[in-house]
Amino acid sequence: MSAVVSTMDQILGQHRFFADFPPDFAELIAGCARNTHYKPGEYLAHESDRADSFFILSKGKVALEVAVPGKSPVVIATLGAQDVVGVSWLVAPYCWLFDARVMEDMRGISIDAKCLRVKCDADHDLGYEMMKRLLPVLTQRLHATRMQILDVYGKS
Amino acid sequence: MPDVRFAPADLLVPTPYRVVERVRELDDVTTLRLEPRGGERTRVNPGQFNMLYAFGIGEAAISVSAAWETGRGLSHTIRDVGMVSHALSHMEEGAEVGLRGPFGSGWPLDRAEGRDIVIVAGGLGLAPLRPAIEAVLARRERYGRVTVLIGFRSPKDILFPRQIRDWRERPDVELHATVDHSAADWRGHVGVVPTLIQRTAFDPENCLAFVCGPEIMMRFSAQALLGAGVSPARIHLSMERNMKCAIGHCGRCQFGPHFVCKDGPVFPLELIAPILSVREI
Repeated sequence: MSAVVSTMDQILGQHRFFADFPPDFAELIAGCARNTHYKPGEYLAHESDRADSFFILSKGKVALEVAVPGKSPVVIATLGAQDVVGVSWLVAPYCWLFDARVMEDMRGISIDAKCLRVKCDADHDLGYEMMKRLLPVLTQRLHATRMQILDVYGKS
Repeated sequence: MPDVRFAPADLLVPTPYRVVERVRELDDVTTLRLEPRGGERTRVNPGQFNMLYAFGIGEAAISVSAAWETGRGLSHTIRDVGMVSHALSHMEEGAEVGLRGPFGSGWPLDRAEGRDIVIVAGGLGLAPLRPAIEAVLARRERYGRVTVLIGFRSPKDILFPRQIRDWRERPDVELHATVDHSAADWRGHVGVVPTLIQRTAFDPENCLAFVCGPEIMMRFSAQALLGAGVSPARIHLSMERNMKCAIGHCGRCQFGPHFVCKDGPVFPLELIAPILSVREI
């Protein structure tokens, strides 16, 4: 078991999101993590699903999209290697806000969010470390969304 | 740079050019390839612009989107947004247009030699960057890693798709293109172009970044480059203001203490950062 945990520690450590993560915390995260593989067309999650997992991508491409009744879904963003898919797991009511569709063969790590939430509640230092890493992801995506809304390439 | 006190007459008087080819790039974007009517060809550095005169209507500053050296002639890519650009966009082959120029600073390609280059283009901002990309690729061995990041509004707004495909196929270029908005049938990337900066590998301490596009896109891209560790002296932006005389006399394009026409349009961020976010400037 420890060999598996050690391997997962190393895999996690190779990811930008977990770069320089304290080793004790990495071990705690690794206990909630597993390797995962999805094929194109499969969904990691659907809007309103319980956000009980999130994903760290090593390879492939995932589209975050919103279903529009009677029309083709609208893609909000595409995410690729080194990106985190899913941040709703940290905020109540823990529901996905988008569909996450695999565009290109995806490999990465799936993290059991229920397991990690319990660990974050029990160890606030771990929770704070996760917050420090997730908040920049959220602000960067908020910033990007604002620029999308500004429609900067439209006719002025 | 022209000496504004002794500007030669040919910088104030349009030279007649002929439209030898008109290419409809997008619904509202057209490229005109021009040849001088009997006169000599003028050397244009990537990033410079010309004043194009639609006779009887008016004059507008238009970036050069292809230089003579590329074999595509002297090309200007024009978006149909106003009276002059509308007239220019609808000129037929054989029509006559007045040309003054070239004006302004270009991209500092000489300074970039021996370094990585990061090119960030948004929408029509690709037009003045295309000659720079082609100049770099023509002397590829002189530069380090070459990264080209391009953003458009949607898949139907992609400018110069054939060239983008050619650049993408080169093993010595890292190219990422993205669109801001898309339906699910688009296979490419969706997201704003500044977000691509963190996905690419370049040496922030030994690179030059060239950015051109809508001003908001350039500000956000500059922030992303600064966040990646690129110093303001290494980030160059091509600014756009309404230009009239193009030689720093009329003041129409004044940008703080600078004139975009003669001091720019390409500025290092360190020079303009204090005024980049100032309103009413």
